[in-house]
Amino acid sequence: MSAPATLAVSNLRTRFGGVSAGATVVDGVSFSLQPGRTTALVGESGCGKSVTALSLMRLIEPPGHIVSGSVTLDGRDLLALDEREMERVRGARIGMVFQDPLTSLNPALSIGGQIVETLQTHQPMSRAQAERKAIELLARVGVANPEQRIHDFPHHFSGGMRQRVLIAAAISCSPSVIIADEPTTALDVTVQAKILRLLHDLQRDMGAALLLITHDLGIVAAMADEVLVMYAGRIVERADVDTLFHNPRHPYTKALLACVAGIEDDRRTPLEPIGGSAPDLRNPPPGCRFAPRCPSAQDICRRQDQTLRSVCSDHEAACVLVETELSLV
Amino acid sequence: MRLPACWWKQSCPLSDLLLQVESLAKAFRTRGTKAASVKAVASVSFTLRRGETLGLVGESGCGKSTLSRLILSLLDPDAGKVSIDEIDFTNSSGRAKREMRRRIQIVFQDALSSLNPRMTVGTNIAEPMKLQGMGSAASRRAEAQRLLGVVGLRPEYEDRYPHEFSGGQCQRIAIARALILKPEIIVFDEAVSALDVSIRAQILRLILDLQAMFGLSYVFVSHDLGVIKRICDRVAVMYMGQLVEIGPTDAVCHEPRHPYTAALLRAIPIADPRRMRVAGLGQIEGDTVGEAKPGSCAFEPRCPRRFEPCDKAVPALVDVGPGHSAACYLNSLGTPRGTL
Repeated sequence: MSAPATLAVSNLRTRFGGVSAGATVVDGVSFSLQPGRTTALVGESGCGKSVTALSLMRLIEPPGHIVSGSVTLDGRDLLALDEREMERVRGARIGMVFQDPLTSLNPALSIGGQIVETLQTHQPMSRAQAERKAIELLARVGVANPEQRIHDFPHHFSGGMRQRVLIAAAISCSPSVIIADEPTTALDVTVQAKILRLLHDLQRDMGAALLLITHDLGIVAAMADEVLVMYAGRIVERADVDTLFHNPRHPYTKALLACVAGIEDDRRTPLEPIGGSAPDLRNPPPGCRFAPRCPSAQDICRRQDQTLRSVCSDHEAACVLVETELSLV
Repeated sequence: MRLPACWWKQSCPLSDLLLQVESLAKAFRTRGTKAASVKAVASVSFTLRRGETLGLVGESGCGKSTLSRLILSLLDPDAGKVSIDEIDFTNSSGRAKREMRRRIQIVFQDALSSLNPRMTVGTNIAEPMKLQGMGSAASRRAEAQRLLGVVGLRPEYEDRYPHEFSGGQCQRIAIARALILKPEIIVFDEAVSALDVSIRAQILRLILDLQAMFGLSYVFVSHDLGVIKRICDRVAVMYMGQLVEIGPTDAVCHEPRHPYTAALLRAIPIADPRRMRVAGLGQIEGDTVGEAKPGSCAFEPRCPRRFEPCDKAVPALVDVGPGHSAACYLNSLGTPRGTL
């Protein structure tokens, strides 16, 4: 049985726009993060994975708003906190690393200043103490000569180095949860390999829960313990990483893996694209949202919403086939 | 017929040769400092055979996009030339150059920004014909409609505007525009990099189908070795403005003969947790920043295999196998194959 959850999300619903014209971008998402484990949230653009992350941090800006659900961290529901209490959680209990390190760093503040600011916001310490801590953190994330480099500005750093600075700021208060949203998408593969290794080592050393949001199934395979597959605002499959890649049960997961195999497999397996495109969330199709593109769709799929069903312990898929396949066994 | 005995022509019968890139070089002046310049492309040569797909892979800033613009004559090189069917493209001028442009077209990464937002899709697709002074308005329109069908869109989309389409559909429209002059060569500059994996597979399938249909030759520029491996016959690996390795895809990807190629291959995560986890991802020193020390191998500061000659002179591309060359001194040591 898995360890008690660090962070538990239950039935989260985030909507953009009003009641009549709008889109429920995150539609009833539930999952939990365990200490020392990496959970990958994977899906294609527009599936709601980034909005899920921003909702956990309560960083959704109008016209977006969280409609319902709960996000429990350390026994408290984050969605019920007032804004000042929430500010103490962000950066301290939950560290966040975004895709584009240049826009998430303050261009007018030195590298050391950014980390000192985070530290002093959350912990009572003098400027000198905070600077010493910042130097330690930069050394920990692999920035050479941190004593000199804390005085440099973000534009003096390469993309990979900026991402290291952002990671240093994210872990500065030893958070119990780290959320990394496409942390290496803007980086070259050789730099990506180093940043992934760094995130993995830090998470292991700190025992934090890591939520890794990515569209790249290669990164999922390398990093994840558990995988959540998201499609059109919903989680359609949840499994440990080995099961997900070798025994996927949702047709969308299977199709996604077939696309990657078609592209990356040396044996030149035929390219099998998924026909069509993801639904417009302002007007989602009735029933299962993958049904219009699904090769195994049946009548019931177009009529009835499919919720996550248990395949076996720690493996769930939101597909009617799970039951028919089980009954065949 | 005049024909220098160059390495890159050896295994290639003359009639097959479609595109020849010879010693192309381009430097850009850097801002602020007076005399300083960055060699974006430094003496690159390769050929493309009819019906072939050549992949050009490298990390950001390696010069691959500058190279593709030089090939299209969208930039003037400092030295070297590009020939199509043995006709000098780079140094031809005026009408001749315009005629030549029909034979080679390009598709960019960001399809939406490469289409004119104020023109309908049909006008966008037909624009190259108009610029070439070909056909009547009606015949251009008919041709645009036909090509929409060829790239898998509905002909009646012709009077809509680019913003009404998704990224994948815009890329189909850009491909239709590249096809309208019936070119022989298409350069794809990161053409599938911004697309989601399911859409990327659709566009790659289209690109392969079009090649089979029209006998096209492709230069496929990408930072993604996964995609390159899937669709290219040969791969050229670029590092800091130079080709460091070129050869048949299988040879380059399975028996790389340059340490940079090997590092690149090892850094790609494989979508199978049984084959690779994060600890297995290759790590190499440093970033691609700054410029190579003159008179040394550009990769030397980061190379795990550097040894005595590497900072003494720039290694040249030498044959290491059939149609396969690499610019690394390890190969001249008689290093056993597959040890990189």
